[in-house]
Amino acid sequence: MLQTSTKKTFRFYTYFHLVNLLGLQAKNPVELLEGLKKVPASSIYYHTHRFLRQHQFLYPEPPNDFAYWLINVLNLENLGEAFAGIETVSCKNIGTLRDAYVGIITEYLKTDPSIPNAPKGEEFQFMSCRTFCLPAPYFANNLTEFRESLEKVSIHSLCFHIFESRIRLDNGENDFSAWLKSIGQPDLADEIARLDPYCMTLEKLRQKLIGMVLKFERH
Amino acid sequence: MRDINDYIPIVGQSVIDELKLLAAKLEGKKIQNINSTLIGGGVAEILSCMIPLLRQLGVDAGWDAIKGNERFFNITKNFHNALHGVPVEFSQDDFDFFVAMNRENAAKMELYGDIIFIHDPQPIALIEQRERLGGKWIWRCHIDITQPQPEVINFLKGYIERYDALVFSAPAYALRTGLPQALISPSIDPLSDKNKELPQETIDQVLEKFGIDKTRPIVTQISRFDYLKDPIGVIKVYQKVKKYLDCQLVLAGGGATDDPESLKVLNEVKSMAEGDPDIFILFLPPDSNIEINALQRASSVILQKSLKEGFGLTVAEALWKGKPVIASAVGGIPLQITHKYSGILTRSIDGTAHYLKQLLNEPEYAKRLGANGREHIRNNFLTTRHIREYLLLFLSLYHEGEVVRL
Repeated sequence: MLQTSTKKTFRFYTYFHLVNLLGLQAKNPVELLEGLKKVPASSIYYHTHRFLRQHQFLYPEPPNDFAYWLINVLNLENLGEAFAGIETVSCKNIGTLRDAYVGIITEYLKTDPSIPNAPKGEEFQFMSCRTFCLPAPYFANNLTEFRESLEKVSIHSLCFHIFESRIRLDNGENDFSAWLKSIGQPDLADEIARLDPYCMTLEKLRQKLIGMVLKFERH
Repeated sequence: MRDINDYIPIVGQSVIDELKLLAAKLEGKKIQNINSTLIGGGVAEILSCMIPLLRQLGVDAGWDAIKGNERFFNITKNFHNALHGVPVEFSQDDFDFFVAMNRENAAKMELYGDIIFIHDPQPIALIEQRERLGGKWIWRCHIDITQPQPEVINFLKGYIERYDALVFSAPAYALRTGLPQALISPSIDPLSDKNKELPQETIDQVLEKFGIDKTRPIVTQISRFDYLKDPIGVIKVYQKVKKYLDCQLVLAGGGATDDPESLKVLNEVKSMAEGDPDIFILFLPPDSNIEINALQRASSVILQKSLKEGFGLTVAEALWKGKPVIASAVGGIPLQITHKYSGILTRSIDGTAHYLKQLLNEPEYAKRLGANGREHIRNNFLTTRHIREYLLLFLSLYHEGEVVRL
């Protein structure tokens, strides 16, 4: 686990992905299921979080690569919607997320015999990512410094503490909430933990966080 | 020369700060890029922009090109076509000559990098020097190899397998190999002459120079004169649309020093366009960046009707100018265009003509597509993202594990 804070000081980190090609593809739901079962956790993570960063300006953004492919390439609207409907924010880790997808597609294959193939060249290509994290030059010792840093840090830094740390590094909760609890701000910590950050653009998320902190700063 | 800080107004301060943090982690490492030409073509264009910026970030990066004669470049052009699936015949002598030229280059050039970064097949056999020199070796393939001619890909695999890491521009190009394979899309430089903002008077002057009427719709394809860019198909699209809508067609591009086929294609295209004063065939010298920029900015719709593409940087260039683009769903183009959201993806002459009529008739929709496309390029296909991924790639050679703490 990455130590992002001492009891009093929060250290902001930033992170980057190097995308790896796995040389594994799926042309229909059966092959997608096989792939989902065997690809590394970093692949599930990549395909469920890529659009957050790449289409950060767009709302609504495509939900995840699996759902996008099922809907737009295979025209499997129902299956795609089921994939899109998984509440990633409620999954504790990537294993839970993988199990959810495997469960959905297994059920689908039991009840719906249609197995369309993707056109040549439009198969689902499994990828994964390596994460490189490093300290960003921002610290916070109190709510005011925290808000000021939130205004300055990159989108990548925000992503790291809200998404990557919780679900990929298996920290169980986002870094901000963990630190806020440690400095005696459990209500603000709880408010941030209850956000569904998957349902807004990253700039919107930044503004929401800043707004929440401001409210508690004034108390 | 551009300053890395010049990108701050476009991508934001934090993006540049993060590049500096990453670059500092490569202190003491020499990076040597090697390709086959210093002028012309996408690879040279990217490297000429990136190398100075990497140096400003404190990375010891260099760039050298191998030398070759006409026969060598004919062979490598045939490799290029064969990797795209075009049937080409090779003799053993061709392969031997290719290897001999690589060895001759290895003997003459200084290979000094801690990381030697080889671009495309032309210098691929330099990897033979690895045992002698050590270091980390990366091979980047900029072209579509989804349907390669087996004889050529098998020949190249003998070299590919000896590298530490591979880099491809699109997910479908991945090879079945145990080597790490990174996906790194190429990029465009928003500050280059080809992409920077231009005053309207410059755009007007360029149109006037070529005799193009700025008051009527302009449909443009910018690309090298190459069969794989399908310029003949573009003229057929135009001819279908012209029956219903008044428009002009501009086919503009140049050639690279390693592409002897360009003139042949150009002559065929000219012959097909003969007699139509609204078709403008512009064979431009390599330094025509302002002209290309102006032609793109003056266009109503931009086409990229390639049959094969490594990535298709001209699509990113057009989108960056906020232009509606209709492009083939090949190579790296689907990474740049989400159909009906940031552009139009097509697979045929008829399909391209159909959407071209729609975009010319519905300029508001076309404008929305272009605006979305520009934001997508800002976030994902500018030089700064490319630099970041190269820095990560270099660092990845020295670190194990899925999560790396720098």
